[in-house]
Amino acid sequence: MRSYLRAHPTELWLTLVLAAMCIGLSLTSEQFLSAGNLTSLLNNNAVNIIWAVGLLVVLIAGGIDISFAVAASVVQYIAIAVFDSIGGGNWAIGFIIAGALGILLGCVNAALIHGFRIITIVVTIATFNAFFGLLMFFSKGRFIYDLPDWWGSRVVLWEHQSADGRWAELNLPVLAMVICIVLTWILIRRTTLGRQLYAFGDNPEAALRAGIDARLMQFSAFGWMGMMAGIGGLMQVNITQEIVPNALIGRELEVLAAVVLGGARLGGGRGTLLGCLLGVLLVAVTQNGLNLLGVSAYAFKMIIGAIILIAISTSSLSWGSLIQNRRGVSA
Amino acid sequence: MSNQSPAMPSWMHSENTILLIVLAAVFIGFGLFAPKFLSEGNFASIAFQLPVLGLLTLAMLAPILSGGLNLAIVFTANLSGLTLAWVLIQFGGPEAGPWAFVIGSVAAIIVGALAGAVMGLTIAYAGAHPILVSLAMMIFLQGLGEFLTRGSDISGFPAFLQPLGHGFFLGIPIPLLIFLGVALIWHVVLAHTRHGFAVYMIGSNIRASEYSGVHTKRTLTLIYTLSGVLCAVAGILMLTRFNSVRVGHGEALLLITVLACFLGGVDPFGGFGKVFPVVIALVILQILSSGLNLMGANQHLSTAVWGLFLIAVMVVRHLSGRLTLFSRWRT
Repeated sequence: MRSYLRAHPTELWLTLVLAAMCIGLSLTSEQFLSAGNLTSLLNNNAVNIIWAVGLLVVLIAGGIDISFAVAASVVQYIAIAVFDSIGGGNWAIGFIIAGALGILLGCVNAALIHGFRIITIVVTIATFNAFFGLLMFFSKGRFIYDLPDWWGSRVVLWEHQSADGRWAELNLPVLAMVICIVLTWILIRRTTLGRQLYAFGDNPEAALRAGIDARLMQFSAFGWMGMMAGIGGLMQVNITQEIVPNALIGRELEVLAAVVLGGARLGGGRGTLLGCLLGVLLVAVTQNGLNLLGVSAYAFKMIIGAIILIAISTSSLSWGSLIQNRRGVSA
Repeated sequence: MSNQSPAMPSWMHSENTILLIVLAAVFIGFGLFAPKFLSEGNFASIAFQLPVLGLLTLAMLAPILSGGLNLAIVFTANLSGLTLAWVLIQFGGPEAGPWAFVIGSVAAIIVGALAGAVMGLTIAYAGAHPILVSLAMMIFLQGLGEFLTRGSDISGFPAFLQPLGHGFFLGIPIPLLIFLGVALIWHVVLAHTRHGFAVYMIGSNIRASEYSGVHTKRTLTLIYTLSGVLCAVAGILMLTRFNSVRVGHGEALLLITVLACFLGGVDPFGGFGKVFPVVIALVILQILSSGLNLMGANQHLSTAVWGLFLIAVMVVRHLSGRLTLFSRWRT
């Protein structure tokens, strides 16, 4: 573990910051370490983490995706139409449909990227606008509250009443989150495909010469991201119990900030699941802590932005010289 | 994936031609099929809508040319507008004199420059990635603005500001004149000054420019500071256009500015791109939007068309690039 952390200074740094924050919060607020607070922290951030692990795979493969949150909204609207047409459905069908629709949208990105050699940020900014515009046009901005029973009702996996009578519970999104994390871990750490994604992201030219299939890389990275976007969208509806076309727009940048904060390199080839989770948790715990300390909700974003700014300007000082970092960018 | 950069000198030439042909095609198409497209009212509305998006796009241009991105432009503009509004209100709101406007504008520009300078310093000296830094700054500024205004509109400005946002000078809308003036200055700065040359060099190869004596850190800081100044000008114009300031105003323009730069042939990896094609791209986008609007489509459909249009242009560029390669190989 020690050698792992020494090889990954960003993860070490984030762990220290997060630990310091947790200790500080547990001393100043007795609620912070309560089961109720910790479980709600998990429930509320499950969707962000599902998206984050998907985005991590794209970043490792040297890409970037701006369109996934909007893609999740598109999946929600198509999925409800599919569920209505097949007369309801259930969770198994729901996961399959949402995952498949997500993969499909991810493949649209991958096809444009690979087929026409357009770089990922251009494609995903274009599809972001195309998906969102078409979604708003066809949905006419309508909200949907009339969901199939299984989709709209909370699934409690674990509950516990603490001594003071407060309930703590873990819901289905948390299970989905854990499965997504484990699957992504297997993909990037235990398969040849995962190794190839790192190699391709680090140096596409060298990877191609070593016989790696660029098409396979793009389609698997963006397909994976799409699947996570779809599942995240499915879970988001389960949490909020409504479908709103513009509810998720803007979340992509928050998730991107958290994942990159966790050490995934824009430019590819570097990034760990631990760092990714720590990045999301750092933002989540900050927000939770501010809430518990009674800070005005209007100040949250300002403080989170300041913390990310401070974190990057202090942690990246040790990452080596400017040149090395920026070389990774343009690669 | 830097192996996709097309051959530049001939490419930049044909870039203007392609864009002008597209512009003519779009113009003639809507002229024939959209009712009232060729009316004075329509041109006036295009001329009034273009400048805000245009100024923000120019603010995005230099960071992209240097191989980065500034995602904080809209909220920098909002915060600058807020500063001007605050100064005007200190001087009595609607009763404030011209001097209050001058002082307020200077303060707004200082705020914009400051926000940009902090980003530039972090990118240059901490070596952090521009996307992450500007994303954090965006979250911070949005939070700061929401904290200060509590999410409400600020209005009640003196009447003499009205002509700045809505008036004509020699038959040309004043906002358009401001935009054209700034675009001209920006063209001169990028094409004919030491700083501009350094921007292109950094975008092409930061290490080579460092070794050839360019003060890369100072240049990077200046790039983002000037970008912040342009945002402030956009923020001041937004105040006079809408006669109010709200944090989040123009949020949807953020990714459109990136889209406009790419459409204008700016290399996403930096190093190549000019002001003039970007201005043509902006005009095309605005014509598309207003033409579709006249044909009865709403803004969301325009957003979708913008996205699809960018994809189409990139596909054509890819295919024509292959064609040129092919013909070169033949001869």
